[in-house]
Amino acid sequence: MKARVHITLKNGVLDPQGKAIQHALTALDFGGVDDVRQGKYIELDLAETDREKALASVEDMCKKLLSNTVIENYVIEIE
Amino acid sequence: MTWNNNVEITDALVKEHGLSDDEYALCLKILGRTPTLTELGIFSVMWSEHCSYKSSKKHLKTLPTKAPWVIHGPGENAGVIDIGDNQAIIFKMESHNHPSYIEPYQGAATGVGGILRDVFTMGARPIANMNALRFGSPDHAKTKHLLSGVVEGIGGYGNCVGVPTVGGETNFHPSYDGNILVNAMNVGLADQDKIFLSAAAGIGNPVIYVGSKTGRDGIHGATMASAEFTEDTEEKRPTVQVGDPFTEKLLIEACLELMSTDMVVAIQDMGAAGLTSSSVEMASGGGVGFDFNLDMIPQREEGMTPYEMMLSESQERMLIVLKPGREAEAKAIFDKWDLDFAVIGKITETGNLTLRFKGEVVADIPTQPLADNSPEYDRPWVKTPARAFLKPEDVAAPADMKQALLKMIGSPDLCSRDWIWQQYDHQVMADTIQKPGGDAAVVRVHGTEKAVAISTDCTPRYCYADPVEGGKQAVVETWRNLTAVGATPLAITDCLNFGNPERPEIMGQFVGCIEGMKEACIILDYPVVSGNVSLYNETNGTGIHPTPAIGGVGLFTDSSKMVTIAPQKEGEVLILVGETKGHLGVSLYLDIMEGREEGAPPPVDLLLEKKNGDFVRAQINAENIAACHDISDGGLYVALAEMAMASEMGMAVTLDYENVPQHAFAFGEDQARYILSVPADKADAILSKAKAEGVVCANIGRVGGKDFEVNGMSSISVSELLTTHQGWMKDYMGLE
Amino acid sequence: MKSAVIVFPASNCDRDMIVALEKITGHKPHIIWHQDEEIPDADLIALPGGFSFGDYLRCGAMAARSPAIQKVIEHANRGGNVIGICNGFQVLTETGLLPGALMRNKSLKFICKDVNLKVENNDTAFTNAYGQGQVITIPMAHHDGNYFADDETLKELEDDGRIAFRYVDKAGQATAEANPNGSRNNIAGIINRRKNILGMMPHPERLIEDAQGGIDGLGFFESMINAIN
Repeated sequence: MKARVHITLKNGVLDPQGKAIQHALTALDFGGVDDVRQGKYIELDLAETDREKALASVEDMCKKLLSNTVIENYVIEIE
Repeated sequence: MTWNNNVEITDALVKEHGLSDDEYALCLKILGRTPTLTELGIFSVMWSEHCSYKSSKKHLKTLPTKAPWVIHGPGENAGVIDIGDNQAIIFKMESHNHPSYIEPYQGAATGVGGILRDVFTMGARPIANMNALRFGSPDHAKTKHLLSGVVEGIGGYGNCVGVPTVGGETNFHPSYDGNILVNAMNVGLADQDKIFLSAAAGIGNPVIYVGSKTGRDGIHGATMASAEFTEDTEEKRPTVQVGDPFTEKLLIEACLELMSTDMVVAIQDMGAAGLTSSSVEMASGGGVGFDFNLDMIPQREEGMTPYEMMLSESQERMLIVLKPGREAEAKAIFDKWDLDFAVIGKITETGNLTLRFKGEVVADIPTQPLADNSPEYDRPWVKTPARAFLKPEDVAAPADMKQALLKMIGSPDLCSRDWIWQQYDHQVMADTIQKPGGDAAVVRVHGTEKAVAISTDCTPRYCYADPVEGGKQAVVETWRNLTAVGATPLAITDCLNFGNPERPEIMGQFVGCIEGMKEACIILDYPVVSGNVSLYNETNGTGIHPTPAIGGVGLFTDSSKMVTIAPQKEGEVLILVGETKGHLGVSLYLDIMEGREEGAPPPVDLLLEKKNGDFVRAQINAENIAACHDISDGGLYVALAEMAMASEMGMAVTLDYENVPQHAFAFGEDQARYILSVPADKADAILSKAKAEGVVCANIGRVGGKDFEVNGMSSISVSELLTTHQGWMKDYMGLE
Repeated sequence: MKSAVIVFPASNCDRDMIVALEKITGHKPHIIWHQDEEIPDADLIALPGGFSFGDYLRCGAMAARSPAIQKVIEHANRGGNVIGICNGFQVLTETGLLPGALMRNKSLKFICKDVNLKVENNDTAFTNAYGQGQVITIPMAHHDGNYFADDETLKELEDDGRIAFRYVDKAGQATAEANPNGSRNNIAGIINRRKNILGMMPHPERLIEDAQGGIDGLGFFESMINAIN
C-alpha cells in the first residue's frame, strides 16, 4: 500500500518560510493570496495490505519520528 | 533494455562528443579499431578542455612550481607544502562557474564538495574553506538571485560538513552578467608521512568504490546519445548535480579513518568526468590496468548503461586501491559510516581500462596513451594592446571629499560583506583566529602554536587593461595580504577563469596573465602548487574580464604574533608604508565616481613589493606593530576608514598633498603600500629603521576619538562610516 | 568531573566540545558513538553541535531516536547532568527532555556571529560562575535556532527561572533588534524542571581562549565543575 503524509505547522506557529513564499508571490504580482503555510510531503511504500493496520502504523511513525507534534500537524492518506 | 554499445560511430556522433577530426584519428590509432560508444564517451571527456587542459597546458608549464618547502606541486589532486614538524598543508582552488549559473545553490554547494574531496583524498583533514565570487552588475536582473543562491549553497555545504568558511572575495562587474564565477578553495592539514597519492600499484589488488550511489547526474554528451539507446528518454534526461553534504561529512570521516590504517595503496576522488577520469588517472599514473565489473557499481537509478556510469558526475564518491585481503576490514569502516562499499574490480598488468557489463566487454582502452597523448594546442594569440597612463589631472576631483569617501565605502565592491559571512560558519573547529573581513583569514594548526593564513585575490579590471600587470598584481595582492597579518607567504593555488581560447585576443589575455603571474612568483619565491583552468566563460561572444583568481597560503610558526586591521589603543601612531603617486587608471574611484574603466592599471614593482613587504612582516614579527592593513581597492582613504571601522575608533590624519592632487592621493591604487598602527613609543624606531633600509615611510597621524578626520575633508563619525559601509548589501538583499 | 560526548553522524562540533571539556576539566571525556548502547559512568553528558543525520527531516529528529539517546534519557532521569549545544539543543527538544522546538531562523538564513547573552538565572549548575544578569558574548552559528513554545510553556519557563540565557543588546535589554533568529521572548537557552538539563543555541565551547577572541565561554564549564565536584 501507499501512504501519503502531509505535515504542516500548527496554526499559531509562525511560519517564516510560508511568509517568504507569500511575499515572493506578491512580488510576482499574484494578488489575493491571503496566507501561505508550507510543509512536508512524505510518500511511504508499505508492505502492509490491511488498510486499518497501515493507518495505525503510519500514525505511530508520525508521532515517533515523521512529525514534531510540538509544532506540527499531520494528515495521512492511505491508498 | 535496448542499449547497444556497438552503435555505428558516425561522424555526427563523434562531432557531438566534441572530438575534432585529428583527435578522433588519434583515438582510432590508440585503439587500433573503431571505438565502442562507451569508449567514445571516455575519450570525449578525457580529452575535453576541462580534463586535458589542451589549450592551456603549454603555458601552464612555464609557471614556477618548486621551492624547498613544496612537497607536491601541480599534477596531484592538490598542492602540498611543508610546514615543519612532519606536518603539511594541502590546498587547491577550483571553479564551478557554469553549474552555479544554471542552479546557484547546488552549483556552489557541489563546488565546495568537489574541492573538499580534492584535499581529503590526499589524507588531509580540511581545516578552512575560502571562495572567490564574481557576479554581474547589481542592476542585472539575475544578480540578486545568483548571489543569494551561491552564498546559501556555499554555506549550506560548508556548514554541514563542519569546515569553517573563513573568507574570500566578492565582486560585481557587468562582464559577469551572463557568466558568474564561483571559485572554491580548500585548505587541509596532514602528516607528511600520511599523504596519499592516486597512482595505482600492485597487480591483483582490489579496486573499491565508496560513497554515494551513481545516478545520471551531469552527463553531458549523453543527452544526444541516449535517444539512440533508450526507450524512455524523458526519464533519463541528465540532471543537475545535487550535493549531499551529510554524505560528504561521513565520507571525510570514513576515508580519514581508513587512511589512518595501512590498508590504502592509492585513492582518488571522482570529480569531473567521475569514474572515467579517476580510474584513468589512477591506472595511467601507476602504469597498470584496471578490470572493472560495472554490474558491481552501486546505482541509484535503474537501467543505467556503462556509458552513463562512466560519465556520471554524481557527487561524494571515491575510488580506492586496497592492499590485498583487507577488503573486510575496510568495509567495516564504511559500514560504520553507513556508506556504500563495493569491490568493482582489480588491478591488471595489461595497462588497459577494461570494462565489463552483463558479461560483455564494453570498453578496453590503453590508459597510458589516453592520458599521455591527450591533445595539446598552441592556440594563436595576440598581445593585449597597451593602454595609455591616465594622469591624475585627467580625472575630475569630487565636489565633496567626504561624500566621495562615503559613496566609495558604501559601493557594491567596497561595502561590508557581513551579509555573506554571517551565512558561513566561520568558527567551527574553534581554530579561526582571524575572521573574515581582515586582510587574510587565519586558522591555527590544531594543537600547535602554528597557524595558516589564507587570502584569495584578483583585480580583473587590471587584468583586462593589462594582463601582464594584472597577473602580477593578483599574485602580489595575496602575498601582501598574508604579509599584512604577519604570515610568511609560502605558495599559491590558481583558478584561471577566461573566455573562449579559440579567440586570439582571449588567448592573449591568458598568456599575458600567466606571464605576469610567473614573474611575481619568481621574484617573491612564491610558487604555484595547484590550480585549475576554466575557459569558455562567455555569453553571446562576449568574454568575462580575465580573472586569474589566486589563493595564497602563508605560515605563522608563532600565531600569537598575528595582527589584524584594527588599531588596538587610542594614541597609536599611523605610519604609511610605500609611495603614493595617485594612480587612478582603472581604479575603483574612476569606476564608482565617473563610471569609467580607462587607463593603465597601477604598475607592479616586484622588488619594491618584496622590500616593503619584508620590512612590514619583520616589524610585525618583532611585535612592534598593533595593526596593519594593505592598501588595495579604493586606495588610502578607504584603507584608513576600514581600520577605523574595524576598531570602532576614530583617527586624525594629516597628509601632504603637495605633489599629488588630493583625490588621487586619497583614492589612487598605487601598489606596495601598507598602513601600520603602532604604539606611540615605537614609532620613531620604526621610522628610522625604515629609513635605514630604504623603505618609504611616513608618520601620518594618530588613532583616537570617535571621528575619522583627514586634512582637506570634513570630519565623519565612525558610526556614520559603519552605517554607510554596512548598508548597501543588506538593502540590496532586502534583509529585514 | 567525568564527562561524555555523544557523536552522531555529521556532528561537527564534537571535537570542539571534547577539546573544551578536556582543557577545562582536566579529563578527557568519553566519546560515545550514537549506536552505542552503553555509556560509561559520567557526571555530565554533552550533545554537541553539528548537522546530525544532515538535519534531514528536522534538525535533531533522527539523532533523538538513536540508541545512545535512550541511555542519555535514563541518565537524565537519574538526575545526571546533560547539556545540548546548538544541534544538541535541537536533539533535546526532539526527545522531549526540554520543552518547545527550534524552528527555522526568522530571516530564513544561517547566521554565524557573536551575540550578547544575558545570564537570566545564575543559580543553576550551568551558570553559577557568572553574575546574575551578567551580559556575555558567545558565538552563534545555526539555521534553526528560532525557539518556539506555547504560551503556557513560556509562562512556566519564565516563572520558574528556567530561562538560562536570553539574547540582549550590549546594555542587557532583550530588544527585537537583539533577537537574531526570532526566538520567543529572546530565548537562547533553557533548563528543565529538575534543573539538570540545559539546552542552548550559542556555542560557549568556541570562546574559551583569548586567541579565539574572548573567554566568555569559560564560565559555562566552570559552573558545571563548581556544581558537580
